[in-house]
Amino acid sequence: MAMLNFEKKYRVRGGTLIGGDLFDFWVGPFYVGFFGVTTIFFTFLGTALIIYGAALGPTWNIWQINIAPPDISYGLALAPLKEGGLWQLITICALGAFVSWALRQAEISRKLGMGYHVPVAYGVAVFAYFTLVVIRPVLMGAWGHGFPYGIWSHLDWVSNVGYQYLHFHYNPAHMIAVSFFFLTTFALSLHGALVLSAVNPGKTDNGKQDVVKTAEHENTFFRDTIGYSIGTLGIHRLGLFLALSAGFWSAVCIVISGPF
Amino acid sequence: MSMTIRILLVIVAIAGIGLLFTFERPPVDVVQSGYRGVAMEQVYNPRTVAAQVDRNQLPPVLEPVDQSGPTAAEVYQNVQVLGDLPETQFLRLMTAITEWVSPEQGCAYCHAEGEDFSSDSLYTKIVSRRMLQMTRTINVDWEAHVGQVGVTCYTCHRGQPVPAEIWFANPGQRTASGMAGWHNGQNQPAEAANLSSLPVDPYSAYFLNADNSIRVIGNTALPTGNTTSIQQTEYTYSLMAHMSESLGVNCTFCHNSRAFASWEQSPPQRVTAWHGIQMVRQLNADYLVPLQPTYPDFRLGPLGDAPKANCATCHQGIFKPLYGQGMLETYPELDRKAAPGSASAAPVDASAVVAK
Repeated sequence: MAMLNFEKKYRVRGGTLIGGDLFDFWVGPFYVGFFGVTTIFFTFLGTALIIYGAALGPTWNIWQINIAPPDISYGLALAPLKEGGLWQLITICALGAFVSWALRQAEISRKLGMGYHVPVAYGVAVFAYFTLVVIRPVLMGAWGHGFPYGIWSHLDWVSNVGYQYLHFHYNPAHMIAVSFFFLTTFALSLHGALVLSAVNPGKTDNGKQDVVKTAEHENTFFRDTIGYSIGTLGIHRLGLFLALSAGFWSAVCIVISGPF
Repeated sequence: MSMTIRILLVIVAIAGIGLLFTFERPPVDVVQSGYRGVAMEQVYNPRTVAAQVDRNQLPPVLEPVDQSGPTAAEVYQNVQVLGDLPETQFLRLMTAITEWVSPEQGCAYCHAEGEDFSSDSLYTKIVSRRMLQMTRTINVDWEAHVGQVGVTCYTCHRGQPVPAEIWFANPGQRTASGMAGWHNGQNQPAEAANLSSLPVDPYSAYFLNADNSIRVIGNTALPTGNTTSIQQTEYTYSLMAHMSESLGVNCTFCHNSRAFASWEQSPPQRVTAWHGIQMVRQLNADYLVPLQPTYPDFRLGPLGDAPKANCATCHQGIFKPLYGQGMLETYPELDRKAAPGSASAAPVDASAVVAK
């Protein structure tokens, strides 16, 4: 893959979290790093275990492959491989890969002297997964409360768990999370539309290509519309807040359904 | 302390108090009923269950009695239902019924003081006679629902003359007339449906009227003629919320929510519940509603209807009433129907009594 000629100057050594110079190099366009290696390791091992689990199962139908957690009776102990132990190993691999990925993002941020916004944002999604397969099962006393890994089976889990708690209709965290999901897509669509309308202004009345507009036009549009524009930086702060809130309150929603 | 912090503290305090009295806490007890991972399970709070277990113990069983001797009909006048019982067993049952139904009021709750025992002057005696027949009908005709465990007076009464869980037709809260005043039987906190905004009276819709179909879900993937409305669906949900609350279970006790309508994918409890719905309909239609003229006004509902039964009347928050502890073995006379002509004092030997 070709590299733009100025990119090399951002490829600085150092800034690693652990291991010093170990794996502190690039392969083509990709930064490797210690956590890149652990990401690869957990990803391949987890995927192989999923394929092994599918091979043990009754079907290769992609929709119906199901790697289920152990029976509730195993509690928080390890289960035999074919009775939920695979799910436990795959969960460890998934968390290993997700956390490695976040730490790799952090290392790249350090190299570039940037803030940790990207790994933090990604970490919220990992936290939501961690809540589903670790925090809630531990609080309820059995790994069997995690969701099964399968396209249809995890939907069955979602449906049954939802109905156990009145469809989450009266779950305040569910209300907040759903509102944030709607808001974040709404805000993103407004933001995308506004930027595109400024940089793709179309033709003027006399048929000539109109000139590209800038942030002042964007601000003025919203000031004219609702009296206030959050601004070019602010919209991204808002977008990050809305999106992370949606994921965070989803995690709260599920963790208060069952244990509390 | 700045104003912002003070306001925040107040908000946190209010939210904290709200959480304290709303939320439960781990650990929880879970009963798995399906394949691992699909969340077919019941979740119980062990603190709540401990209190429920205390409330659902059987009353002490009276000593068995010698069943030889004359029948009740030979000894007493006007014994219309239990006349074929040996007099000793009859008296034992009367004593038990007093303990089950009117322990504080005693015999005089049904037998007017100063009158002969045969007198039907109190409405309670007429009602209790009918209730005895109803109990036998449940135990004999509705084994599909009550199994061999069956019911006695205590199942519903629990030491109270009027069972705690009965229902009347519910007209809903009175509202102002006008264009915004019509609630159409819903959108008020519905006690029947766990204080949700679902219809307030699913009982009249389904436990009186057997023609109303509870099933609203389509049985094909695409819309092919299912014309059920949202409101009909909400009535069904209201009834289901009542069943859930009555039995202390969630939807997955009877349904695999991936296919609500499919009997093949449902737990067997759904079949038992289906028979229960049919049973409640029959009990209301044949026994409870026709007693309406017998009751004094203060026993009737706001619309003048008789007290009626629903799932909670027996279950009282437990998936099996009294946790499935049976009493019929110790009171077998409640587990058979009266022999033909027994009201006219035909003697029946004890072995026949025990046989069914």
